[in-house]
Amino acid sequence: MAANKKLATSFSAYPQAKRRTSGYKRKMSLYGFLFALPWILGILMFSAYPLAMSIYYSFTSYSVLDPGQWVGTGNYKELMSDRTFWTSIYNTLYYTFISVPLNIVVGVGLALLLNTRIRGQGIYRTLFFMPSLVPAVATTIIWLWLLNPQFGLVNYWLEQIGIPGPPWLGDEHWSKPSLILMSLWGVGQAIVIYLAGLQDIPQDYYDAAEVDGANTLRKLRYITLPLMTPVIFFNLIMGTIGAMQNFVLPYTLTNGTGSPANSLMFYVMYLYQNAFTYLKMGYASAMAWILFLIVLVLTVLIFVTQNRWVHYQGKD
Amino acid sequence: MKNRTLQRIKNLATHLCLIVFGLFFLSPFLWLISTSLKPDEELFLWPPKWIPSTLMWSNYPEAIDYFPFFTYLRNTLTITGLAALGVLLSCPLVAYSLARIPWRGSKPLFGLTLILMMLPYQVTMIPIFIVFKQLGMVGTNVPLWLPAFFGAPFFIFLLRQFFMGLPKELEDAGRIDGASEFRIYSRIMLPLCKPALLTVALFQIIGSWTDYQGPLIYLSDEAQYTLMLGLSSFKTQHGAEWQMMMASNVMITLPIIILYFGVQKAFIRGITFSGIK
Repeated sequence: MAANKKLATSFSAYPQAKRRTSGYKRKMSLYGFLFALPWILGILMFSAYPLAMSIYYSFTSYSVLDPGQWVGTGNYKELMSDRTFWTSIYNTLYYTFISVPLNIVVGVGLALLLNTRIRGQGIYRTLFFMPSLVPAVATTIIWLWLLNPQFGLVNYWLEQIGIPGPPWLGDEHWSKPSLILMSLWGVGQAIVIYLAGLQDIPQDYYDAAEVDGANTLRKLRYITLPLMTPVIFFNLIMGTIGAMQNFVLPYTLTNGTGSPANSLMFYVMYLYQNAFTYLKMGYASAMAWILFLIVLVLTVLIFVTQNRWVHYQGKD
Repeated sequence: MKNRTLQRIKNLATHLCLIVFGLFFLSPFLWLISTSLKPDEELFLWPPKWIPSTLMWSNYPEAIDYFPFFTYLRNTLTITGLAALGVLLSCPLVAYSLARIPWRGSKPLFGLTLILMMLPYQVTMIPIFIVFKQLGMVGTNVPLWLPAFFGAPFFIFLLRQFFMGLPKELEDAGRIDGASEFRIYSRIMLPLCKPALLTVALFQIIGSWTDYQGPLIYLSDEAQYTLMLGLSSFKTQHGAEWQMMMASNVMITLPIIILYFGVQKAFIRGITFSGIK
């Protein structure tokens, strides 16, 4: 500051105001840079460099023990004929395509119910939100116990209403539905976002609709749901990205094995196994890039469809 | 008159729906607590028993004895504390630069931050592991908190939105008075964004506390384990002693729930002010 003043006075031949602004600008640039420096370093160290190296590794046979060799597209070719790789893609897409839409339907439905003016609203909201605070490892253990085929509470209840309980996580056909059920238990986080979206809808719209004699169902169809589409869109994208990276639940459920019959071997689990169990870091890096591409394609697809169904307020 | 009955039926239907679904969300919790207090011989009763004949509070201290609970707790608290300190030091600083300092780099850097929010963790996971391996830090807790000191995209985004919402006159007054930029930041702006800072701290604390993948990759020595790793190895070793697992589950989950409801008001303010919702 003092140095700047000195500069400004010593060059008094120049118009003072201009001097001061350019000095101010330079000072702000310096401060802006200095304040952002941790993040600039962070991007270089923890994003830019790793990204570049990850591309490089994916074309080598790198493992921690040996520096590896350039194998060209070898890793990618090997993946194409790796059966577990394709199983993991199938499992991950199966899980994503069922759990994400199901979570949206249940989440929006519950948010609509929780948004009505009823007694005990606060208690209900807490009740639905709490499970999403439970750590994934704890969720795993709780549900392993609930879904225990012989002594589990769920099969006891099914028995009470005359349905023979399935073997749940012990059977390859039931294991993924079990996991989807577990994911539904943590839908509370999304409900909070839907509730915030619902509260943003102006009351005038409903008042106007009521004057026109619209009933609850029509209000839902023509006001609430269209105005909720931006929030649903956001949750659809975040949910898809999250589901494609599903790891902790299936990993802790099966101790990393993905059993029974690889039916719970998810993409990131197999990637983890290659990287840290078999130390095939190059192979795993190739997997990471394929995952990135799949996620990117899905995200772009969702974005492309948004003109058809996402309604933004203030547009048209 | 007719309207009122209709309203009452609607209310009743809503309650009914909420209760039915609520059971799905609540009963695992009740079953968790019930199991954690059961004596050994009542675990596998058929039909299952909701209320144990004697409440076995001793399951809790016994579960603690099953694994080095306090060591794991200390390890977890160290990582959680350092990571929270890291994001609280770095993220508001960066967010302030992006939101309030007029300089050329702020826009491109913000764009980059948004892109990095979308980048899957797995893409950078392996090279970062290799770097830490070469630095001899695999097997220590350093990789689990060091990156926090260099910013996290989501928190920078959240805090930037918050800073954007504060009136422009604030730092102008400071600048005219000749206060240094850092002084304006630390004395004027930071105290104003306490709710947002609390939100960031809460997210990071919950994130570090519940993190499983990070410790799984970096920690191999049992003396270094976090509670999550401990819980998962507990499961492989004592898989049939459900009452012990449930007791440790309760002890590991309860701090998060208490913390969350303790700061809930400030948390909601932080979210709504930053315009995320």
